[in-house]
Amino acid sequence: MRGRTILRGLPLLPAVVLLLVFLAGPIIYCIYYAFTDMQLTGATTTNFVGLANFRKAFGDDQFYNAILQTLIFTVLSAIVGQNILGLVIALLFRLATKVLRSIVGALVIAAWVVPEIVAGYLMYAFFRDEGSLNEILKFLHLPQQNWLYTLPILAVSLANVWRGTAFSMLVYSAALAEVPAELTEAAAMDGAGVWQRFWHVTVPTIRRSVATNLMLITLQTLSVFGLIFAMTKGGPSNKSTTLPIYTYQTALQNYEIGYGTAMALVLLVIGALFSLVYLRALRPEAD
Amino acid sequence: MRFRKLATIALTGAVIAPLLAACGSSGDSKNEIKIAYQRSTDNNSRIMDNFLAGVKKQFEKANPGKTVKLIPIQATENDYYTKLDLMMKSPRTAPDLAYEDTFLINSDIKAGFLRPIDAQVKSWDQWSQFQDAAKESVTGQDGKVYGVPDGTDTRGIWYDKQVFAKAGLPANWEPKSWNDLLSAARQIKKKVPGVTPMNLYTGKAGGEASSMQGFEMLLYGTADQLYNPQEKKWVVGSKGFQDSMNFLKTVYSTGLGPKPSQALDANISTNVNTDWFPNAKIGFSIDGSWTANNWISTGPKPWKDWTTNIGWTAMPTQNGQAPGKTSMSGGWSWAITKNAKNPTLAWKFVTAMQTEKNAVTYDNAAQNIAVRKDVAADPKYQNSSPTVKFFTDLVAVTHYRPAYAEYPKVSTAIQEQMEAVTTGTSSPAKASADYDKSVADIVGNNTTKDSGPAK
Repeated sequence: MRGRTILRGLPLLPAVVLLLVFLAGPIIYCIYYAFTDMQLTGATTTNFVGLANFRKAFGDDQFYNAILQTLIFTVLSAIVGQNILGLVIALLFRLATKVLRSIVGALVIAAWVVPEIVAGYLMYAFFRDEGSLNEILKFLHLPQQNWLYTLPILAVSLANVWRGTAFSMLVYSAALAEVPAELTEAAAMDGAGVWQRFWHVTVPTIRRSVATNLMLITLQTLSVFGLIFAMTKGGPSNKSTTLPIYTYQTALQNYEIGYGTAMALVLLVIGALFSLVYLRALRPEAD
Repeated sequence: MRFRKLATIALTGAVIAPLLAACGSSGDSKNEIKIAYQRSTDNNSRIMDNFLAGVKKQFEKANPGKTVKLIPIQATENDYYTKLDLMMKSPRTAPDLAYEDTFLINSDIKAGFLRPIDAQVKSWDQWSQFQDAAKESVTGQDGKVYGVPDGTDTRGIWYDKQVFAKAGLPANWEPKSWNDLLSAARQIKKKVPGVTPMNLYTGKAGGEASSMQGFEMLLYGTADQLYNPQEKKWVVGSKGFQDSMNFLKTVYSTGLGPKPSQALDANISTNVNTDWFPNAKIGFSIDGSWTANNWISTGPKPWKDWTTNIGWTAMPTQNGQAPGKTSMSGGWSWAITKNAKNPTLAWKFVTAMQTEKNAVTYDNAAQNIAVRKDVAADPKYQNSSPTVKFFTDLVAVTHYRPAYAEYPKVSTAIQEQMEAVTTGTSSPAKASADYDKSVADIVGNNTTKDSGPAK
């Protein structure tokens, strides 16, 4: 009997091997490196240093700054920006005409399918000192602002909202289509206003989608690199240096691979914490 | 049962084996050498590519059956170092020959990426043509030679004669001290509105250019340096360091340089050289000997009038103290990697590449400063550009960066403090103190308060 089960599982083997070699392998390596003093150049030997990298990180002001910038970026651009804007667009879609729907939909999704690095350069051209945004403001006689210099984290957050909203919009469009029409109609009959219907009928029904969406866009946003790198390189004065940027600088520009992977591991933990919070807060049976 | 077990094992093997094989190198041949070098991110610039393609042709013709595989790495300078180190780290990806910035050579020796070539250079009739300083730049701390240098560079000041005329400054400008630089910039600011008086690279966006063209051009003109070679220690708490930061502060806080937002834009060097200079929007800029490459007919911004509109002069020392001027030099070399599959053939390629004729061709094309005596004396080289003699003469007063494994990190620390001073978030005194702390973290207890004797 046991032999048969093994043989039946055999077709899965290639997939398992691939996963082990290309996914689990690098992750395990990464965790191992985080506890070593591995360098890209300048040292031949790699030693196991225990928690030294983490101790170093938590004594490093720039590391705290990177965590703070990461949180600001994630909350602003994913949790508030992409999430709410995506939901609003999805809601408006239900009221819009078909033509309007396809035009807006195409525009939003276009931003999403553009490769990250291209989006980064587009947004650099938009927000830079002599960029399109300031030209528009000048035309409207509004005060101009050097966005990438004075408020870099806001600029990259807005760029990320522009780029990523399509995903939330698609998730919510699908979820809203699943809300039974009878339910909202019944609520309307009982005298619930638009807001009450939305809050007491729609939101509870799409709760699972909200949780899934929040989790996916948070994890995606935590690891955004190309967009920020193209727009600001993390500057000026580290004001937009998120953890992925700081990890890159440490591991590949200062050649401290061990220290860099330790930071990447911290990023992984932050992502896990966010996921836990969502899972708990939006548990379907939590009501 | 046994059959099934065997079948399982066999199948597993059948699945894993090709995977592992795919990871291994394929098509290796005793007759091929791989050469890794940096390709400019500017698609109009293919100087090294063209040069190597020419030598490859000569070499393959002279050595039938041997092939040369060029591996261009299109990247900015910092990313090139990273990519090359990653390649050299693994025997599967290591090239036979690598184009190495000499300031990283000691780090890479320490990491075990390179192999010494003492025996080869000793029996090479061309080695005596190389200048001693250049030989030193490819010699490791262990006293062995690890590369063949192909040129160097020096740094000075480029200025716009039209802007200078409008500001009432001389066409043959020869600043004698930092004060001369500041007063010239102030005069430009006063008399030629709308023009950025001067450019001094700063901050992390500029990368190594900020450290070298920006900060070290100042520091090495004071009584202090970054490293004390006698004591083999890094210098902290030096007056020269703080004075250099003070100069930077004066430039950026009194509007003598680009706006901090422009200075900290990652594209500042491109903006200065392909927009501001050709459009007479800047007074002067401290930059490398290669700057005119931007304006020659094959450069990214061809500009016929540059030889009449632009002047070049040496960077003065802080107070005009001897030797009066200062410069910084870097340089590149060809190194055979530790993991090279065909080191003998690789060496043969180096000698084919470094004939006098080829060296002249390359140094002219790249506007490199020659490191070979015969090239430096060659009229073809001397007449290749109006600036070449001037920048070659600066070799007499030039300095090399401390080429130790810690330097790249120290350089980043400098850029961070420059940025803090440029944006006004830190005072020169605090920036110096913060730098001292960073350096102590980077090099351990290997610091001293005493600067090395100025060369």
